[in-house]
Order: sequence, then C-alpha cells, then structure tokens
Amino acid sequence: MKLVIGIVRPEKANDVLEALYRAEVRGVSLSRVQGHGGELERVETYRGTTVKMGLSEKVRFEVAVSDAFVQTAIDALCAGGRTGDVGDGKVFVIPLERAVRIRTGETDEGAVTPVGD
Amino acid sequence: MIDSGDTAWTMASGALVMFMTIGLGVFYTGLVRPKNGLNTFMMCVAALAVVTISWALIGYSLAFGEGSGFIGNFDHAFLKDVGFEPREGQTVPHLVFFMFQATFCILTAALVSGAVVERMRFVPYLGFIAIWSIFVYPVMAHWVFGGGFLSGGEEFLWSDGGTLDFAGGVPVEMGSGFSALAAALIVGARKDYGRLALLPHNTIYVLLGAGILWFGWFGFNGGSGIGTNNASVLAFANTLLTPACTLATWFLLDYLRRRRITAVGAGTAIIVGCVGITPAGAFVSPAWAMVLGVLVTLPCYAVIVWRPRTHVDETLDVLAAHGIAGLTGILFIGFAAQIAWNDAADGLFYGESQLLGDQFLAAIVAPAYAFIATYLILSVIKAIGGLRASEREEALGMDVISHGEEAYVSGEGAVLVTPESPRDHELVAGPG
Repeated sequence: MKLVIGIVRPEKANDVLEALYRAEVRGVSLSRVQGHGGELERVETYRGTTVKMGLSEKVRFEVAVSDAFVQTAIDALCAGGRTGDVGDGKVFVIPLERAVRIRTGETDEGAVTPVGD
Repeated sequence: MIDSGDTAWTMASGALVMFMTIGLGVFYTGLVRPKNGLNTFMMCVAALAVVTISWALIGYSLAFGEGSGFIGNFDHAFLKDVGFEPREGQTVPHLVFFMFQATFCILTAALVSGAVVERMRFVPYLGFIAIWSIFVYPVMAHWVFGGGFLSGGEEFLWSDGGTLDFAGGVPVEMGSGFSALAAALIVGARKDYGRLALLPHNTIYVLLGAGILWFGWFGFNGGSGIGTNNASVLAFANTLLTPACTLATWFLLDYLRRRRITAVGAGTAIIVGCVGITPAGAFVSPAWAMVLGVLVTLPCYAVIVWRPRTHVDETLDVLAAHGIAGLTGILFIGFAAQIAWNDAADGLFYGESQLLGDQFLAAIVAPAYAFIATYLILSVIKAIGGLRASEREEALGMDVISHGEEAYVSGEGAVLVTPESPRDHELVAGPG
C-alpha cells in the first residue's frame, strides 16, 4: 500500500484526472499548492516594483493505492502531466502505514480498493 | 441654435456610453479564466486609447464627413471644423456630438475582443483595432448616421434609402457581431477548446458588468436623439422595457431546458435585450418594445446553445448577443414601426411594406461588410505574424505573457529585484 503524490501544472490537472480515470485509479484528492522546482522565474512589474516570482501555482494529487496499482498511478500522472518543458512537476511514492474507510470501517487494502471491485 | 438642455443630456450620455466600455471589461473578465482576466479587461481599456485617437484623426470624418453613399470624406480629419458651432440641424455643439459618437466606436471595437480573448497577443490586437476602427466602423456608421446609402433617402436596389437604425444596430451591433465571427475564424480556437471545460471564473463580475452596461445603455439609446426630444424619450423608456422582457424570457427558457435559472444567462439576457432595442428604440411603441424583448431572446438563446458545439471558438458569443440580436432588432422595425410614435415610417403591421425591404437590405449588407472587411484585415495581420500566443504561453495565461502582471496576485514567493526604496541593498520578499 502506497501513497502516490503527484505535483503537476494546474492547466494539466484535468488531463491527469482523465488519465487516472482511464487507468481505473479511483479515489483521488487534490489541492492547490505553490512551489519551486527549478523552472525559470517570471518577472512581473507593478508600477515601479519589479519582482521575480519564485513560486509557481501547482496542483498536488494524492492517490492511495494497493501495491498492484502503484505503477499504473505513476504512469497516469506522468502521461497526463507532461508537456516536456521545465516545470512539469514530480511524482513521489511513500509507504502507507494504515488506511481506514470511514463509512464501513474497512481497513488497509480494503479501504483503498474502489467500491464494487 | 444650441439648446442647453439638449447639450447637457448629450454630454451626460457620452459619459454614460464611455463607462459602458469599462462595464464590458468587467463583464468579459468574469466570463474568462482567472489567468486571462487582466488581459481581457485590458483589451477593453486599450480601445479607449487606440480608438479615441483613430476616431479623432480620421474615423469621425470618414463616418460623418459628407462624402459618398459608401464612406465619408476628409472634411473633418484631425477635427477640422469641429468646434462649438452645431452641425446642420442639430442643437448641440459639434464637439459634443463628436465625443458622443466616439464613445460608440470605442465600445464597438472593445466588443470584438470577446471573440479572441485568452489567446490573441496584445500588440497585434492594438494594431487590429486601430485599423478596424478606421475601415470598418466609420464606414457602417456613415451608411446609417452620416447620410450614406442606408439613410440618405436615395434609391439603392429595392430600397428607397429609408432604413431606420436609431442607435447603431448596423455599425455597433451587427458590426461587432459579424466582425467577431470573422476574428474567431482567423485567430482560431483556444488550444483546449472542445477538449476541456473552459468556464467563467467570476459570475458576480458577469452580473455587475451586465448591470453597468444596461445603465450605460440609457445614454447609448436615450442619448441617440442628440437631445431631449421625443425620440430620446421613447428610446429611454424602451431601454428599460425590452431588456426586462428579455430577462424574463431567458429565465423561462433556462427553466424549461434545465430546471435552473442561471446568472450567466441573466447577464447575457440583459445584453441581448439592450442590443435588440438599440436600432428600434425610437421607432416602436413601448408595447411593441416589450414584444421585441421576448422575440429577440429566441434566436440568440438558440445560437448560444448551439455555437459551443461547433468548431468555432467565438469565445464570448459576440455574434449571438450582438450580431443576431441587432439583426433581429433591425428587422423588427420593418414590422412594428409606427408613425404615430416615430414620425418617420409605418412598418408592415401598419400597412406599409417598403420599410421592411429597407431593413432587410441593412440586414444583408451590414453582416457581409463587417465579416469580409474584418476577415481581410486580420488575414493581413496574421500573414505578418505573431497574431496568437503559442500553446505554452496560452497555458501560462495571457496576463503574465502580455502584461507581466496577474489579475489575482498573492505576492508569495515574490522577490524584489529592482528596489527603488532607500533599502535597496536588501532583498525584500513580499507583494511590494
């Protein structure tokens, strides 16, 4: 059981969702985050104030999956999020100690398996 | 002979119409995504700069100089002979009339931007509206307002030159609507059009902008009599009646279609109603104005529902809300005009068929000219290059690409690079 975290461009978020859905990975959380990952800085000017924007808007996906679905989820995040330019984001995979489905009390593998499977 | 009341109201009306361009900016900004909000607003603000200058230099003269049936001449170029004396047959200073008409051309150019937002580059856009406000709007304004072939009383084809257009159904509404269609075709669709949902980001702005536009329209229509005469009075009242009926009809259609009455639909309905009554304001009775409010809704609603299913990314539906609504209003005059109210001509319902023919002519030549002329202008600019943003730029958003600013800036992670404060040896983070 792993937690797959994907940080992608906001304009690619819909593509990633679609890729995850097609790969039959269900159960996704996403949040808006700001980050910096080596992409070129934007320069903006407001009246006399010129600034370098060091942080870019990103969308962070969190997908809890059973071990069999880890590679599928990673592939979907990469396929949906890639443009080929600097700033496409990262995927991190971390071990997941426990999971509980609140409605039923199911734990672990049962809790991260989509209903009906 | 200058009349102080007429002059006062025309000056006030000019200011009202000028503010419509800002209202349009608010309306359009609400309809686009946040990363393009500023650029969309700036396209309207840009019209205030570019078109005011082109109008003063040459546009006004091409529209209101004597000239031929097709276009005016250079008599008033660089505002020559435009001063305190009124134009023939008017009761307001020539300068006031010039300013009032300028605000119409500015608004019309800004309207066209609705077709190309979220992907057209800003500098080519400035060039486009400069050229467009010389070769498209003044020509069509000359036809109906400046003594051209739609208003000069001279026969042309089946028309006797008596087309009625009170406040700009031809140059403003059909002019912007069909120009917008051509612009959308030349500039092309946004990269994600038809693939992703591209939604309005602030529906409050949509209603606020529509409200400002409606308010300004009392000057637009109510001032087009160039005074406080009966024509202005009738148009003023009709500018409340028609949009109210359009709004109610739109509610009904929304409810029948999806069982939900939408706010973006309401904002659109306000525009459609105001556009519908624009050409007809001073020519139809208040009762017919209310009927027009209902009728004009139907074709516009249909086009707005149908257009997004096509490949044509005419992004903010200028064609439906202005082109089709203006065309409907122009034709409606041919049926419902009434000498008892307008002192000019009866329509088909009152036993005269000539007027409908005249209106029909305008409904053919205006869309054709606006579409073809805009198509040619933008084709030339496209050939020069740089007309639209690259896919990468479009993804980042036109605010950052065109203006180096953002509509909604947080300042987090912003590092000051050229401090102008005395503490310029420090690097100060923050919104500045």
